[in-house]
Amino acid sequence: MIPSKDSEQTAGDQPAVSVYELVRHFGRFAALRGITSDFAAGKLYVVLGDNGAGKSTLLRIIAGLLPATGGEVRVLGAKDLRSAATRVGYMGHAPLVYDELDAMENLRYFAGLYGIHDDALCATAIARVGLDPMLKRRVGQYSQGMRQRISLARAVIHDPELLMLDEPFSNVDVGSAREMAKLLGHMRDEGKTVFVVTHQASILAPVADEAVLLADGLMVARERGMPEWMTQPHPAEALVARAHQEARR
Amino acid sequence: MSTAPLAKTPGLLEITLATLVKDFRLEWRSKDALNSMLFFALLVIVIFSFAFDPTAEESRRIAGGLIWVGVLFAAVVALNQTWARELRNQVLDAYRVSPAPAMSLFIAKAVGNFIFVTLLEIPMALLFVVFYNLRSIGPVYELVIVAVLATWALVVNGTFFAALSIRTRAREIMLPLILFPISIPALLAMVDATTTILTGESSPMGWIRLLAGYDIVFTTVCLMLFETVLNAE
Repeated sequence: MIPSKDSEQTAGDQPAVSVYELVRHFGRFAALRGITSDFAAGKLYVVLGDNGAGKSTLLRIIAGLLPATGGEVRVLGAKDLRSAATRVGYMGHAPLVYDELDAMENLRYFAGLYGIHDDALCATAIARVGLDPMLKRRVGQYSQGMRQRISLARAVIHDPELLMLDEPFSNVDVGSAREMAKLLGHMRDEGKTVFVVTHQASILAPVADEAVLLADGLMVARERGMPEWMTQPHPAEALVARAHQEARR
Repeated sequence: MSTAPLAKTPGLLEITLATLVKDFRLEWRSKDALNSMLFFALLVIVIFSFAFDPTAEESRRIAGGLIWVGVLFAAVVALNQTWARELRNQVLDAYRVSPAPAMSLFIAKAVGNFIFVTLLEIPMALLFVVFYNLRSIGPVYELVIVAVLATWALVVNGTFFAALSIRTRAREIMLPLILFPISIPALLAMVDATTTILTGESSPMGWIRLLAGYDIVFTTVCLMLFETVLNAE
């Protein structure tokens, strides 16, 4: 287990997410090899690691999209992840919206899945991510960046307590990515717990509470704030280099 | 944190209707299923009409088999499209993380497919009447009952097995491989019931009962197993 350096969590606080000895195999490949950790509520976690480190697998298990091969997950206190579904938002690597529908039609449908029937709310969610709710263009004709934004609007339409985002900034221009990061920071300030899997950690540096580093299916580091390894092209290597430096001292 | 939760678990009927409307809108805009299904069915009818040159009496004997085999092949096109549009952009994941009941998705897809295949059967039946000079000796309302039960038998299994095969690599090949063998009892009943009504030789009630029983059994099994199939990873 990698102990959190966060000591603010009191005994009465319930972690937003708890994972214990979490294991996931795909055939003979072990994507996760026993991760144990508690993640306090109301924080923004940046999950880093090279390709194949297990970041997306971890997120999909927490979101209830993928069953764990072994171990235990608790999300917002619930062991049965379905029972927490109304309080969880997930944005996948793909946009998770219909190309043939416009933004408003997409949000109307997905809001309905959460029992929400409020066009004004859908319009606000679209405007909040910097898109025009009145735009009648189908999502299939959007740029990649616009698709990512509508995907974010879909993920937050039901005002989830826990939000998980897998590569939200891929194909998004730097300015728009910073705007999205600012929005995620606001959500954290409102008390939401946010997990962001990304390779562009520097965009999140101003708002990140903790950086979590995965390598080969293991959680190899977890630190508060924005450690210097977080923004390196290969965080795991940067962390090893830092460990060597500390050992030499 | 939110003081009052905005989201709630939606009702079965509410999500079924919303998904059905959404699927019709997607189909209206893309016309992926209907165009290919109609074109395929038209081809089948034309090819059969060239291959056979039956008399009116022979037509009544073979039309049941030709119509239902044509419908079965054409329906596979629509059934594959059902889930293909949910896999594009991994939209199915958005449904799976939501509190919406899995059963709603299945019912909406099955009902949607039922309507699409029925829309295919109407022009197909009319073309058969024209190309094969087909006149039914038995009552037409019995043909309608057989058509409803037979179409449901095809789409309920087709929708389920299409969902089962979405995570396989060769899913378009996989669906007929699974669906056709399991549809043999229903296919036998629908063909014989149709032939019996067209020729007016005997009562089709035995075949109709078999079709109804098949529908009840497979609808129940599909509804019970769908959530497992949807979440299988």
